[in-house]
Amino acid sequence: MMGPGDLVPDPLHPEGPLPAGGPGRVDQRGETARLPETRGLWATAFRELLHKRSAKIGLFMLAVLILVAIFAPLIAPFSPTATVGIDEGIPVRSAPCIHLFGCDSSQPQHILGTDGNGRDEFSRLLYGARVSLLAGFGAVAVAVAAGTLLGLLSGFFGGRIDNVIMRIMDVLLAFPSLLLAIAIITVLGQGLINAMLAISVVTIPQYARVVRSAVLTVRENDYVAADRALGVSTGRIIWNRILPNSLTPLVVQATLGVATAVLEIAALSFLGLGVRPPTAEWGSMLAAERNQVFTAPHLVFFPGLAIMWNVLAFNLLGDGMRDALDPRLNR
Amino acid sequence: MARFVARRLLYSIPVLLGILFVTFLLARVIPGDPCRAVLGERATDEICDAFMERKGLNRPMYVQFGVYIKDVFTGDLGESFRYGRPVTTMLMERLPITIELSMAALTVAVLIGVPAGIISGYKHNSAADVATMVGANIGVSMPVFWLGLMLQYLFAVLLRDTFLSLPPSGSLDAGLIPAPFYEVWHLPEWGVFEFVSNMNVFNAVLSGNWTAFRSAAGHLILPAIALGTIPMAVIARMTRSSLLDVLSLDYVRTARAKGLPEKRVVVRHALRNALLPVVTVIGLSLGTLLGGAILTETIFGLSGVGKSLFDAIQSRDYAVVQGFTLIVAVGFVLVNLVVDLLYTYLNPKVRVT
Repeated sequence: MMGPGDLVPDPLHPEGPLPAGGPGRVDQRGETARLPETRGLWATAFRELLHKRSAKIGLFMLAVLILVAIFAPLIAPFSPTATVGIDEGIPVRSAPCIHLFGCDSSQPQHILGTDGNGRDEFSRLLYGARVSLLAGFGAVAVAVAAGTLLGLLSGFFGGRIDNVIMRIMDVLLAFPSLLLAIAIITVLGQGLINAMLAISVVTIPQYARVVRSAVLTVRENDYVAADRALGVSTGRIIWNRILPNSLTPLVVQATLGVATAVLEIAALSFLGLGVRPPTAEWGSMLAAERNQVFTAPHLVFFPGLAIMWNVLAFNLLGDGMRDALDPRLNR
Repeated sequence: MARFVARRLLYSIPVLLGILFVTFLLARVIPGDPCRAVLGERATDEICDAFMERKGLNRPMYVQFGVYIKDVFTGDLGESFRYGRPVTTMLMERLPITIELSMAALTVAVLIGVPAGIISGYKHNSAADVATMVGANIGVSMPVFWLGLMLQYLFAVLLRDTFLSLPPSGSLDAGLIPAPFYEVWHLPEWGVFEFVSNMNVFNAVLSGNWTAFRSAAGHLILPAIALGTIPMAVIARMTRSSLLDVLSLDYVRTARAKGLPEKRVVVRHALRNALLPVVTVIGLSLGTLLGGAILTETIFGLSGVGKSLFDAIQSRDYAVVQGFTLIVAVGFVLVNLVVDLLYTYLNPKVRVT
């Protein structure tokens, strides 16, 4: 197995990011120089990642989800919005019926039953994966972009800029995130895009803080001083030196952030502030049937399970990444 | 120490001002005309102009902000147009319910999370450790609202006729209206007493009302578990990793080497240091709890701050939104402040610097 020191690439190699660590790692250069030239930092990190059990499980769960999202039209037995149960003449919210498990073959088969409008619950769940994944990634992408920019500015320039940005971040963090998200949606209006934006805004401080603290350690390194002495422009230093070396904690934070975003978007949909019907989205599917939990629990159980699957996948992957990318936490 | 406290207090001021500004802005940018929201769609322009004039809504923004700050500091949070009652009065009724729920949830989280984390960290890589970590991972990934609904189904339907049966919603049995404890003991009707008496469990204990206690506590268990699960998982993970860190330190080895009993090494030497970061995590969980309270209270039909806020946002009850948001955010900042100071007090290393 490779040791953590192998994560550090040859610092004389201009394409790869430079080491973020202190002088303690310098003596490992000789060892890393023996690595094949073709394998960069990310490839090594990915190999490392595959050695972590939690990351493997997380990746598997995520892969399943992505496949389901892509091939939903092929797997789903029915359209997610068609009221098939009503056409077939079976009551709405009928219990799951699987012929293989002894359900009477005169009954139409609905693996997870039908919902309050007679739509096939299983098909809706499959299509829901699309919304959930897209919304989670989308919210985090926006938050990471904004947070990175703010964190870079804050960490690199310091002083008054830093103070102003970080105090604004403190104010954002002073509100419980769901509350602030609800407030933002109240201003923007209901809808999936607005829910994503709201979640983005409330999570920006996390990324800004992570990037800022990474920048603070990176900018003190000799190679940045060397760039400065050579007269490299500030923009280039940030882009070529600071940013790549600050990425590791950001990637971990972003992965865990997708988990949180998925959970909060589902919560917003549950409160009726997310997607509009009839779009199949897990949070709103659950919300629509929540008063029927005592009579048709399957309509609450499965959407929740799907949300959990999605959140768990990213949580496990994020944990594994943190272990793989941060040698200090190796245990 | 005094300097540190003073500096930490000073740092909170810009954040508090920022919160005031955000809540002020919040009520001003919510779409919709405040006049017609209050007086109805058919209010004429003249009536509306008079209304705006009377409420000071046509004055420049900075003047309005000044007035708002003055109002807040004199304890005037405005009046709910939906209920026609002062927001502070509503807070007096609903804040206790949320506080009680959060405390119950935090108790569940700490009582289960800390021991689980200790066992997990001490018996590293054992079956108990793996089970705890799997449980913790699932715990942080569960939607609060789903867990709440599933608990309702489990305890109110599946276990209905067993001794484990628990009520699915509400805060007291129907028809049960326990007298506030200050009436029972013939005490004056002070605000503090009234506030505490709105916490059903506390009130029942203070007035020695056993029936009310059983009813109130029974109604609180499920929401507390639903709300406490995420903090529980976070606390368990933090306790575990912190204990693992400490157990590998030299002074623990020294303690073992000099022949101290293992229990003493773990409890007196390791745990005391390992629990420091856990204190911080417990404090920070309060923010999660307040956010989760919106969902938990909605599901379990508890009329606390979370549910009231959500209702107020839906019905555009500006003053309530503004006032409740302000109190929640300020409360969050104060809790963080206390946690920070507590941490400094507990950790001599930070205290000196």
